[in-house]
Amino acid sequence: MKLLNYTTRYFAIILFVLLSAWAVLFYFEMLDEIYDSMDDGLENQKMLVIRRAKEDTSILEKNEFGEGYYTIRKVEPKNIYNIKDNYRDTLMYMHNEEDFEPVRLLESVFQQNGEYYKLKVITSMVEEDDLIEDLLYSLLWLYLGLIISIIILNNIVLKKVWNPFYKLITELKNFNIEKDENIKVQDTSIEEFNLLNKQIQVLLQKSRDSFTGQKQFIENASHELQTPLAISINKLELYIENNDLSESELVQIAPVLNNLERLTRFNKSLLLLSKIENRQFLSEQKVSINSIIQDLVEDFSDFASHKEIELTIDVNETIDFKMNKDLAIILFTNLIKNAIVHGKSEHLINIEIDKQEVKISNFSESGALKKEKLFTRFYKISNKNSNGLGLAISKAIADEYDLELEYYFDEKHIFKVGFPKA
Amino acid sequence: MKILIIEDEQEMLENMQNSLEKEEFVVETAADYREAASKIGVYEYDCILLDISLPDGDGLQILKELKTKGISDSVIIVSAKDSLDDKIKGLDLGADDYLPKPFHMAELHARINAVLRRNKFEGANTMEIGNVSINIDKHLVNVNKTEISLNRKEFDILMYLATNKGRLVNKSALAEHVWGDYIDQSDNFEFIYSQIKNLRKKLNEHNAEIEIKAIYGIGYKLVNL
Repeated sequence: MKLLNYTTRYFAIILFVLLSAWAVLFYFEMLDEIYDSMDDGLENQKMLVIRRAKEDTSILEKNEFGEGYYTIRKVEPKNIYNIKDNYRDTLMYMHNEEDFEPVRLLESVFQQNGEYYKLKVITSMVEEDDLIEDLLYSLLWLYLGLIISIIILNNIVLKKVWNPFYKLITELKNFNIEKDENIKVQDTSIEEFNLLNKQIQVLLQKSRDSFTGQKQFIENASHELQTPLAISINKLELYIENNDLSESELVQIAPVLNNLERLTRFNKSLLLLSKIENRQFLSEQKVSINSIIQDLVEDFSDFASHKEIELTIDVNETIDFKMNKDLAIILFTNLIKNAIVHGKSEHLINIEIDKQEVKISNFSESGALKKEKLFTRFYKISNKNSNGLGLAISKAIADEYDLELEYYFDEKHIFKVGFPKA
Repeated sequence: MKILIIEDEQEMLENMQNSLEKEEFVVETAADYREAASKIGVYEYDCILLDISLPDGDGLQILKELKTKGISDSVIIVSAKDSLDDKIKGLDLGADDYLPKPFHMAELHARINAVLRRNKFEGANTMEIGNVSINIDKHLVNVNKTEISLNRKEFDILMYLATNKGRLVNKSALAEHVWGDYIDQSDNFEFIYSQIKNLRKKLNEHNAEIEIKAIYGIGYKLVNL
């Protein structure tokens, strides 16, 4: 739920409770005030009637309300229990409404010429159900008005206020630690957002620094290994060359040399990977993917035929793409080599060049491979002397140029390289 | 033939020196920029091996100096950086070749020979070993004046081994040289063997006076019988 709606929802609930409670209080307060003023009016009328009765004794005979608002009836003193004024609510038939309607009644006793009279004064009263209904409607309008105002306010004010926050979120979503740019934040007068922006920038800067530091470290480390490795290999080669060694001696030395070379190759791959990730292959040109693949198939034909694997190419389209040529070669070298190394002898490896995609497929008896791990560093399917970097390098190159590198299984292992539309 | 090696890594320097002296090159060395600068001003060399990352200066500066002095020594840049930028800069400044470290001595010899052949003996483009003559430009091989037909790879292998005659050629160096830079990651050079086998067969059929010997587990050596 969005923050805007979230606050609105709470406002709605709180306002509902608050307004309801307020309405009850208000109702009783108002009712009390109305009774008070009605009773005052009745008392005033009582006094007016009593004063008039002194001047005009004929009204002392007025037993019915009729068209008037009072009755006077003579009472015996012994029937008087209470000479205090008494206010109460009662019902009276109203001609206009054709119904019994509530009225306020004042009963009072007064004395004139030694006689006691009972006086009743009425006044028509508020209809409570009407009052409640009116109040309810007013409240409903008030409530709706408030909610609508809040929603509008939220949408205008809060949206404006929270704008830097949403901007930050979008920037973070697009942030890529491998790309060399910081996120852009919006200047705001709100202190909290400024603080948030600043802290996030600091945090990202730190992460980027440590990320590049790490990349740099790998590159430097593999760099430093090159020379000692070169010296060791060269010394060993010279030693073997200068001494006429017997086969049994060579059996012991050859693995040392071979493993040093393996280490060199591994180191080179690692260096290559860091260089790709550190964007050190800058020069780009329009590269003919078709001719690269044709050359590679030619280069690998001996390797393939040694394994009794046939390499075939289906050229249905031509692909030209602007990228670094060395990287293009390495990308496909690793894929083709991978197919040969893991391919089964007496089977076919087919390379299909279609519109904006190249598919390299080889026979499998093992079933699908783990897609999510395949392109990670040091993932080895089987220990076939590979260093587990080949596909990671291909993936790094593909990522660099927004190519789509994908593996899927369809009776065969298929590696697909998709080129973006020009 | 006189060669100057400019290299600050002492053992690397020794390796190159030992290996080249066996080929009867006269080798001089310089371990830093100052020494190198003073030597190129005084002597003339057929080939200079230049490590461009020197402790007291930029090796590329030496290239510039050679150019301004009008010295036409062949230069091969040797670098641990293997950076494309340096390679392009170096070749632009007139270097003849660029060899990234680590490299095999066999590759160093092949590069030096190629550079010398190009720059020094124009026209002299055949190599004679025993009764075998290799025409480098035309990619032709004659044994006892009879031409034998080799495919491109067989020729490249023979050429590479002949350049390193009598020396051990590591099979990975051979693979990289003949099959391209990127084959090296395949970690398996058995496929070289079938080409070597064919080459041997053709040489034997024509009674060539050279033999390709296998050095167990490591590589091959071409010897003059």
